[in-house]
Amino acid sequence: MKIGVCVKQVPAKDAPLAIIDGSAWIRESDIGFETNEPDGFALEEALRLKEKHGGEVVAISMGPERSKQTIKEALAKGADRGIHVADNEFFKLDPLSAAKSLAAAIKAENFDLILTGLQSDDQGFGQTGVLLAELLGRPHATIIMAIEVTGERMKLKRELEAGWFQWVELSLPAVLSIQSGINKPRYATLKGIMAAKKKEIATVDRASLGVRIAPTQQVERIYVPSKTKKTEFITGQPKEIAAKLVEKLRHEARVI
Amino acid sequence: MKILVVTEQREGKFNKVSFEILAASQQIAEQTKSSVTGVVVGKGVAALADELAGYQLDEILLVEHDLLDTYTPDGFTLALKQIVESTQPDLVLFPHTYQVRDFAPALAASLGKGMIGDCTSYREAGGKLIFVRQMFQGRTVADVVFAGEAPWIASFQASAFRADLAKKHATGKAPVKTVRVDLKPEQIRTTPLELFREAKQAVDLTQAPILISVGRGIKAPENIPLAEKLAHAMGGELCASRPICDEGWLPMDRQIGSSGQTVAPKLYFALGISGAIQHVVGMKGSRTIAAINKDQNAPIFEIADYGVVGDLFEIVPALVEELEKPH
Repeated sequence: MKIGVCVKQVPAKDAPLAIIDGSAWIRESDIGFETNEPDGFALEEALRLKEKHGGEVVAISMGPERSKQTIKEALAKGADRGIHVADNEFFKLDPLSAAKSLAAAIKAENFDLILTGLQSDDQGFGQTGVLLAELLGRPHATIIMAIEVTGERMKLKRELEAGWFQWVELSLPAVLSIQSGINKPRYATLKGIMAAKKKEIATVDRASLGVRIAPTQQVERIYVPSKTKKTEFITGQPKEIAAKLVEKLRHEARVI
Repeated sequence: MKILVVTEQREGKFNKVSFEILAASQQIAEQTKSSVTGVVVGKGVAALADELAGYQLDEILLVEHDLLDTYTPDGFTLALKQIVESTQPDLVLFPHTYQVRDFAPALAASLGKGMIGDCTSYREAGGKLIFVRQMFQGRTVADVVFAGEAPWIASFQASAFRADLAKKHATGKAPVKTVRVDLKPEQIRTTPLELFREAKQAVDLTQAPILISVGRGIKAPENIPLAEKLAHAMGGELCASRPICDEGWLPMDRQIGSSGQTVAPKLYFALGISGAIQHVVGMKGSRTIAAINKDQNAPIFEIADYGVVGDLFEIVPALVEELEKPH
């Protein structure tokens, strides 16, 4: 099975975010970046499918030069090769333009299966998988918690809301968005890191793909949300605190 | 402007977010002097169209087909594409449910359009709609506007609007129009199988009015009964942040947050939860938030109405005692 897995590089979780004034992005110079956590589950699932059914795992990442690091980490964990779709201003793309670019870059690969994470921890549009499926003419399913492949058919466990799940079936080739928590992603081994150095990363300049960018939406600006609530701190000995808090919940907030 | 609002139902029942998105549509329509058409999709759902007709809407479209009985992304994308093409709305609004995120981006793309998903609010400025959504896991928010020609497709997060503010029809009922769509079995590439719940006693936390939630501060599984006692005394359900469920101290279906459930109870009582954004996105819509944490700088206090900086192992037993007193 030939599997493509989309991995994105995003600002590190603990990175202090400084917004560039009046813009839709953050100052990149002083912060660290890491692989988007939800994509790590997609990569792990791809590696497990390869271990079970054979084939190849290709890690695909779009973004500036730094995003190659995310591909390298995927190679160190066991992906076979990488495709870097280079674009220094990737953050400016709307979800549809980004997906069109990715689709154009990987179409010729004819993957049996394309996996994405649920959403990115930066812009968080959460649309790439579904859009790739639509653009490549493949069936898709999202929020996947289990994959069973039998020949050309797949049985998938989809998470629904409020504790419900559903099994769905579809045929390969297909696109799946993986739910976080489906597996426990592995760590790269030293051997894996060494082996990754010999693996190929093909770089495609996004501008060379000939994808016409007609933005469907525009992020005008990003900003820090203003605090909407004022916390009332309750102090004293435990018994006093308990009495005051219960009184407030009963008679002020009227919630118990 | 013409607004199309697409409701969501499962097994003959609207889910609550349908009325939230209905309230949102009515608000936008009022500000922009627009008409609102409600859409009900499924099979054998005429009763739901009738229920929807009792709300302040210009028209209801009842879209029924054998192949829409159970949700499939292909069925819903194809059906709604036909509806959008025939009715030519300017704005199509959805509740941001798991189902919507599964097909609405494809619907938009099939129309050559984009979707602004997971919005928390909107503003109207000079005739233009500005959609507000979170980025960087809630650490920033973004103002997003549509570019290019209508139709524009957007979805609003659960609890972004109040369902009880959806206005009833002023004079009687909105007309219900049955709309035919063409779907062929071979166009549906997904075979939906059975719906099921994982845990036998799975609880729908979204329906619980009071939630007691535990985080890393609970320290060990043997301390969970302490939180359970508080839940019992308050008549609430027990839930947790992700690390607690990952450790197996509480079942996964009690997890609140971006990878768990999104809730908006009357009272959310956070015990030893720092308030990482992955957790906060799942509960910030709660009407009242109380928090106990030993760290006064814990981000949970940024959204809490009532805060206690202290040792939960001392305060929770005192709370239980207080609650058990006759009043």
